[in-house]
Amino acid sequence: MSKSKQVLVEKMKTNEKKTKDEKLKASEVEVFIMGKSYKVPAGLTIMKALEYAGYRFIRGCGCRAGFCGACSTVYRIEDEQKLGFDLACQKVVEDKMYLVQLPFVPASKAEYDINKIEPTETTLIEMYPEIARCVSCNTCTKSCPQDIETMKYIQMAVRGDISRCAELSFDCIQCGLCAMRCPADIKHYHLAQLARRLRGKYLDPKSKNLAKRLKEIDQRKYDDEIAKLMKMPKKDITDIYKRRKIEAEEEGDLGGD
Amino acid sequence: MIDGYPDYMIESIKKVEKKRDYNMKHPVKPMTMKEREEMLSKYHPDYMKGTRRELRVGIDKGQVFYNGIVDLLEANPVLNSKDVDLNKVDFDVDLLIIGGGGAGTVAALFAHESGVPIEKILIVTKLRHGDANSMMAQGGIQAADRPKDSPALHYLDIYGGGHFTNKPELARALALDAPGIINWHENLGVMYDRQDDGEFQELSGGGTCRNRMHSCKDYSGMEIMRNIRDRARNLEIPVVEFCPIAELIMDDKGQVAGAVSFNLETYEYHIIRAKATILATGGSGRLHLSNYPTTNHYGATGDGLVMAYHVGANLRDLDTIQIHPTGDAFPEPIVGILSTEKIRGLGAKPINKNGDPFVFPLEPRDVESASLIRECKEGRGIVTPTGMPGVWLDTPMIEIKYGEGTIATKLAGEVRKFKRFGIDMTKHPILVYPTLHYQNGGVEINERCETRVPGLFAAGEVSGGVHGKNRLMGNSLLDFNVFGRRAGIYAAKYVKKAKVGKITLNHLDKYTKMLEKAGIKPNKTAPIILPEYRGEMAISRSLDIF
Repeated sequence: MSKSKQVLVEKMKTNEKKTKDEKLKASEVEVFIMGKSYKVPAGLTIMKALEYAGYRFIRGCGCRAGFCGACSTVYRIEDEQKLGFDLACQKVVEDKMYLVQLPFVPASKAEYDINKIEPTETTLIEMYPEIARCVSCNTCTKSCPQDIETMKYIQMAVRGDISRCAELSFDCIQCGLCAMRCPADIKHYHLAQLARRLRGKYLDPKSKNLAKRLKEIDQRKYDDEIAKLMKMPKKDITDIYKRRKIEAEEEGDLGGD
Repeated sequence: MIDGYPDYMIESIKKVEKKRDYNMKHPVKPMTMKEREEMLSKYHPDYMKGTRRELRVGIDKGQVFYNGIVDLLEANPVLNSKDVDLNKVDFDVDLLIIGGGGAGTVAALFAHESGVPIEKILIVTKLRHGDANSMMAQGGIQAADRPKDSPALHYLDIYGGGHFTNKPELARALALDAPGIINWHENLGVMYDRQDDGEFQELSGGGTCRNRMHSCKDYSGMEIMRNIRDRARNLEIPVVEFCPIAELIMDDKGQVAGAVSFNLETYEYHIIRAKATILATGGSGRLHLSNYPTTNHYGATGDGLVMAYHVGANLRDLDTIQIHPTGDAFPEPIVGILSTEKIRGLGAKPINKNGDPFVFPLEPRDVESASLIRECKEGRGIVTPTGMPGVWLDTPMIEIKYGEGTIATKLAGEVRKFKRFGIDMTKHPILVYPTLHYQNGGVEINERCETRVPGLFAAGEVSGGVHGKNRLMGNSLLDFNVFGRRAGIYAAKYVKKAKVGKITLNHLDKYTKMLEKAGIKPNKTAPIILPEYRGEMAISRSLDIF
């Protein structure tokens, strides 16, 4: 039995779910997927609307939570002349929306060995000379689903301000919409990657604590202590674990994911 | 509809608002150890009847795993050995890496540093290079590098957090390698959050006795992943995208000797012969174990567990799952996505539909989750228009506690997420319910990332033993770096001596026979490669004629 038939049999068994489908029908909107009309429940994201209509994603779908940039998309509402730009996993469908999928961004990327380049005022423009052609049209900024000031960081790059370029571009999910829209063929998101690496490697101050700890580990300072913990009977290590002092409780620090 | 919520929810929110002052002044006490145990045994899926069962086949026969995992292991292999011609080898490499997420990419970089030539490495991945849970991690990465901290304390946290079920040598590797990993990242160019003097800003996490969480704003995983991926791209390490592995290949000496890949777009298979194979396929959130929504990426379907089991590798700790208490329950588009633990850390409390608090907000993750589940099961939760249960997380409490504007500065990402749907979390509570977050166990490895099958290494979320039956926050980003590195180094060593014999898929036929012998009649195949989310209407009318 083929995979799709398998699913068919399974789904037919549960009549309950069908009524759920019927309920959803009450509030439908019409969308045009690559120009073809489908009715889908209101309130779905573009991604879920395509799936509802019967699409099974291979491309254009990744983390489904707004982090990976796989599902950047272009849309237009009927009777409007402007195009919209967003992530399919985040944007909710509206009635009479024209939808597409962008499976791939063919932008070129500079190749380099980060250990062999230096963070000078001209590093970025040497690697990506096309940034000099920026006409300040701001189309890149308008197409960014993360609301990053894209054009501004390109201007920083032109000026040679690596740190600001890195900072302004930090939330970039590398979806590539900026590069697809740019009339000057700038590869914003690849350039920004280089700027951030240069800053992280060369411009940010380094941790002395870390350097010291690495030396200690090299000298095997903690080996015996850990070996002792590893050999300890469960009762004893449980006891030590329960009695250990928690720094955050003492200082009221906050963190966590 | 006001503020993004339907009217019946607004009714409930009014109750929450009315009792807010009282609720802030009258905290719910933390549970005693006994109360915690009782809550877990009644309401956490790890302890509930019906969520897990005994596996009837293979080397782990008799072990209890989650139903969804057992379903896959008791399914027929997705590949029929008769459909595949092993005589024509499409890729002949030293090292095959299955999975283009964090563990796989780190492994490739260190295998190359350890002497495997670029052109003899092949990364094969289901979606794009970097489509992985690694990219989604927000909170940070643990490393004991402050003077008042030590790798021994980190070890203690890992081991205790895992309820003392971790493999000690793996917990040691995780703690001791951590500072070296941060240093490697520094040299790659990862932009860690720092103080003015260059020292890292380090926060606490649940279950850590020292503040050792290194972060890159709210995008820690993304910043690390895009750095290592950029390095791999500059080195031109070969990556084949949109080609998941269907099954592993063995040789006549019982070694793993490559894999069969499947092109998702053309449906072609390719034969990859390799002297060593690293499994770095990640987790399994998209199996929706125990019917939970998930924080995981689209490709997290547990394929690695299945193909490793087919060649005789053993699995462990898959009787537990990590559910995170505060996944989003409303609106529908963000169901299952994470709302960070920091929200509770800052003072927001879980509140039921009647406006009453019911749990201390910072119980351990499993206990907190169980309490939310109980509240909903007993009818004190809100049910959304799409049937999703949830309780309120009263975010405006933060503004009262720390002053207006606190949420906007400390939880900017969260504010952005809810704002898209017309919800202002500074003024109104958000609706949450536990969500499937992490696969605690997996394919058992040793300190060298070897599985029990020669030629097969594993690293990252697919592996088992590092975290035992529970992982602490900040240790998964660390895991894929530490063990990705080790897998690369030790696989490179193995490659130097390895000789591949005659390649075969006999193990698949054997597995099918084993299922028969055990009286199992599978009506499914595995690995499943991608989840099925198509609309029921569309599927029920689909024909298989093209």
